[in-house]
Amino acid sequence: MAKGMREIKRRIKSTQNTKQITKAMEMVAASKLRRAQNAALASRPYSDKLKEVVASIATGGGSVKHPMLQSREIKRSAYLVISSDRGQAGGLNSNLLKKLVETIKSKHKSNDEFTLFVIGRKGYDYLKRRGLPIQQEVIGVPDSPAFADIKSIASAAVKGFENGEYDELFVVYNRFINAISQIPTIKQMLPMDAAEFSKKEGPAADYEYEPSPEEVLNVLLPKYAETLVFSSLLENKASEFGARMTAMGNATKNATKMIEQYTLHYNRARQAAITQEIAEIVGGANALS
Amino acid sequence: MSTLRLEVVTPERKVYEEDVSMVVVKGVAGELGILPHHIPLVTPLKIAPIKAKKGNSEEFIAVHGGFMEVRKDKVVILAEAAELGSDIDVSRAQQAKERAEQRLAAKADEVDHKRAELALQRAVTRIQTSGQQ
Repeated sequence: MAKGMREIKRRIKSTQNTKQITKAMEMVAASKLRRAQNAALASRPYSDKLKEVVASIATGGGSVKHPMLQSREIKRSAYLVISSDRGQAGGLNSNLLKKLVETIKSKHKSNDEFTLFVIGRKGYDYLKRRGLPIQQEVIGVPDSPAFADIKSIASAAVKGFENGEYDELFVVYNRFINAISQIPTIKQMLPMDAAEFSKKEGPAADYEYEPSPEEVLNVLLPKYAETLVFSSLLENKASEFGARMTAMGNATKNATKMIEQYTLHYNRARQAAITQEIAEIVGGANALS
Repeated sequence: MSTLRLEVVTPERKVYEEDVSMVVVKGVAGELGILPHHIPLVTPLKIAPIKAKKGNSEEFIAVHGGFMEVRKDKVVILAEAAELGSDIDVSRAQQAKERAEQRLAAKADEVDHKRAELALQRAVTRIQTSGQQ
């Protein structure tokens, strides 16, 4: 019996170690989540302002036309996939990638009909293994990303649309609801929905444009699109930490439960060992008398 | 004396927010001086330092591209990157300038050339901004 006890004791110890690690990871994720949420908030003024100015040109100008605002016949699509570099975040990445692959399968017949831009190692590995065409990837985006980290891939994705390499561009990312729920989302980014701009009737200031409304729009729209990519990235980061926090919280809870059970087993085994010992002593004493 | 509020915003944060009496920027169509009660205006900017006048003192901010929105008593500059003069690492900018110049001299293909030119502009802007502080 003593051998079985040692075995159980070792298991308790190793589970305790695991629990310590998951607990630490949960707390790290919680603090990073707060930072990611703050970063997402800090990026708001920039994108709000851009949207406001774009909207005032798109609606006020009247005859202003821009290829990024007009939908054309769809021959080829592009997807910009935002995933995380590390796992241990529950089903965050796999849910997202599964949804993407399903969408691709139902919409496209061959690999020539679409192309992929990928941010994050998890997405890159997964899609590469399936032999899907990846045009460009960025791996190792830091936990508090700067705009410069994704600038090149975002502008490449926007430029491809401008050059007519594909006729629509989707952003694939995890929408952040709260720490326990994130929704895998495929959002159309280009062409932009002109109706979305005209919807909001604010106190639109009558701007003067220098050199001309068209020229300003030419500069602004690609910038706006890149900003949308950046805010999706920030949101996905927040989702990642939220999901990791929840996953690690569950792992900690499970470890606690397991330790409880093992302790029970251990105590039973200990009691049995003692009982047996007493029985042996009594048996020995009886044999003597 | 009337003032206008100057805000410099990047995707990451608000870099600058102060009441100033005059803003001087370099737009794509030329240099512009904005005083309070300017008519509403939107223009893209070049990579250059902007100058904010506050009474008798002047402040410089390196703005790397982006654009400016002017309203009656408010100027908002949206840029992908912007730094105050005091935040700039001059030696790093100097190194970047030399690197870009070397690359320009090497006459690589067109894309590299363009990139090097932009890098040079950014470096020069940074050096100018910190030099005038």
